[in-house]
Amino acid sequence: MVQIVDPTDEREPVQRQLAPRPETLQGTLGLLDITKPRGDILLARLKERLEAEAPGVTIKNYAKPTFTKPAPDALRQQMKEECDFVIEALAD
Amino acid sequence: MKPPIAFTLHDDSGTPFSFPTQRPTLLAFVKEDCETCNLTLPLIEAVHQAVDGAMDVVAISQKQADIAVLRDRHALTIAMLDDDSLDVSYDADLDTVPSLFLYDASGECTLQTYGFDRDEWQALAGEAVALAGKVEAPVAIDWDSLPPFRPGCGARNVEPGVAERLAARKSGDLMGRMIEVGQGDDVHEFVFDQGFTDGLPVVPPIPERVWRMLQGTTRDPQEVVVEVPPNLAPVTVEKVAVNAVMAGARPQYLPVILAAVEAACSDEFNMHGVLATTFFVGPTVIVNGPIRHKLGMNMQVNALGQGNRANSTIGRALQLVIRNVGGGRPGEVDRAVMGGPHKVSFCFAEYEERSPWEPLHVERGFAPEDSTVTLFAGSGPQPVSDQLSRDARSLVTSIAHGMVTLWNVKNYNAGEVFLVLAPEHVDTIRSSGWSKDDIRARIQEATARPIRDLLRDEECAEGIAPDQAGDDLDRLLPKFRDPAMINIVVAGGEAGKFSAILGGWQSGPRGSQSVTRKIGD
Repeated sequence: MVQIVDPTDEREPVQRQLAPRPETLQGTLGLLDITKPRGDILLARLKERLEAEAPGVTIKNYAKPTFTKPAPDALRQQMKEECDFVIEALAD
Repeated sequence: MKPPIAFTLHDDSGTPFSFPTQRPTLLAFVKEDCETCNLTLPLIEAVHQAVDGAMDVVAISQKQADIAVLRDRHALTIAMLDDDSLDVSYDADLDTVPSLFLYDASGECTLQTYGFDRDEWQALAGEAVALAGKVEAPVAIDWDSLPPFRPGCGARNVEPGVAERLAARKSGDLMGRMIEVGQGDDVHEFVFDQGFTDGLPVVPPIPERVWRMLQGTTRDPQEVVVEVPPNLAPVTVEKVAVNAVMAGARPQYLPVILAAVEAACSDEFNMHGVLATTFFVGPTVIVNGPIRHKLGMNMQVNALGQGNRANSTIGRALQLVIRNVGGGRPGEVDRAVMGGPHKVSFCFAEYEERSPWEPLHVERGFAPEDSTVTLFAGSGPQPVSDQLSRDARSLVTSIAHGMVTLWNVKNYNAGEVFLVLAPEHVDTIRSSGWSKDDIRARIQEATARPIRDLLRDEECAEGIAPDQAGDDLDRLLPKFRDPAMINIVVAGGEAGKFSAILGGWQSGPRGSQSVTRKIGD
């Protein structure tokens, strides 16, 4: 991953700064279904594998009301507060 | 090399190993593609066998992938640790591998060596065995079969590129916020999207490039240089270096850029005004002194134009500092109605050697061997063509006629202007034996106009209001308020009977005044 030194006086946060990546998978993992066909099946299979391989992790399910629009602010805020990691099922 | 004091590294099974161990310890830094490391690893193994568990004998590999290869090649049973990140090697300030450090049980380093010196290794092996309390145990090494001396190899942490990456991360020199660019993102597009560029691509300021740029100055990276308008943001040497990298400058240009930033942000130059005005001015940087040659600056053909890295990037770096640190951007505080290419970057060197007169910085009180930057709020070059004049008076008259139109033809008592004389014009003026003051006097004489010509009238609404004109309409008003406003430098190619007039803005305490600063280290 490329890193650059900020050329500004740093008075504003950089837009789209990535969240730091933790070393290990622990805490709460959110599974986000954007409600495209079969996304729920993919996430259900993933959930089975994760429950087996990372038993300490709490898994929560979320869904967007429609795939045609970005996630509603309330949903994004809720996931941000409740989850340490998110897996999103995109596309068909 | 400095004996490591404390660290934790992982061995090839992933188990952490912490030093100090409360036992006598032998540390050996190695890498696989080093003949001397391969020569000496069996010796280290032999010491390990001899001490029979009474001391920790540890090889520290500078590359994770080397561990399995070396273990296999030499049938090693010693602990082997992974310093692939080179953190411990960097802290130990290694130049060479193999590097060996022998410690007693209290963690104090009693012996160290690097490369292979047979006598030193033999002494070290003996000392190791003694520390382990196994003096009677023979070390299975046939010392006589070994060469008396073999040089080591360069340690990985000092390899070009690697050394800078490590220094950028570990030296503590860089304190600017680090921006992670997403894995799928193109860093060049990213910096455009963040608004960090002047519309042209920039060199991404990755930490090692910024660190390398900082080597161009002796100043502390965290020294505050000046406050940059319009946001009056304090700028450190480091932040100037970041923007210098982006501009494409080389480390040796950094002292010039620092001096230019200081000069531009001075109260007299008034960078805020220069930025905010609706007029076209931009900071023009003129360099004098030996640094012109040291940096290979252009003062000859196309001197005011493109193609020379130092000229182009020094001017650009200044503008990027004003944009990124000061927050001065077009459409925001920068309200120039037109602007111009001179606002991307405008920096050139005076061709002092081609001038019969004192160079700009000497006129301003500096020694010839001082290197300086002069900042001038200039509006870009206006050409004067004179193909026919054979003496100074005629040529300077042409130039004066060109200057009359600066700002507006009816404008008088004007402030600063810079005249850049091309070599062919210099020769014409020199042939008449004129000094710079002679030039100034003739310009004032030839540009003076009777008040009558400067009045507002039906032809042209600009000018002096008739009720302000006074009684004597034949009184001559000078174009420039003082001959000292006329600055003269020499630059350009050998062929071309064209000189350049660089018009200014409002001069004086309510506008901008040109500023000359000495370039430091």
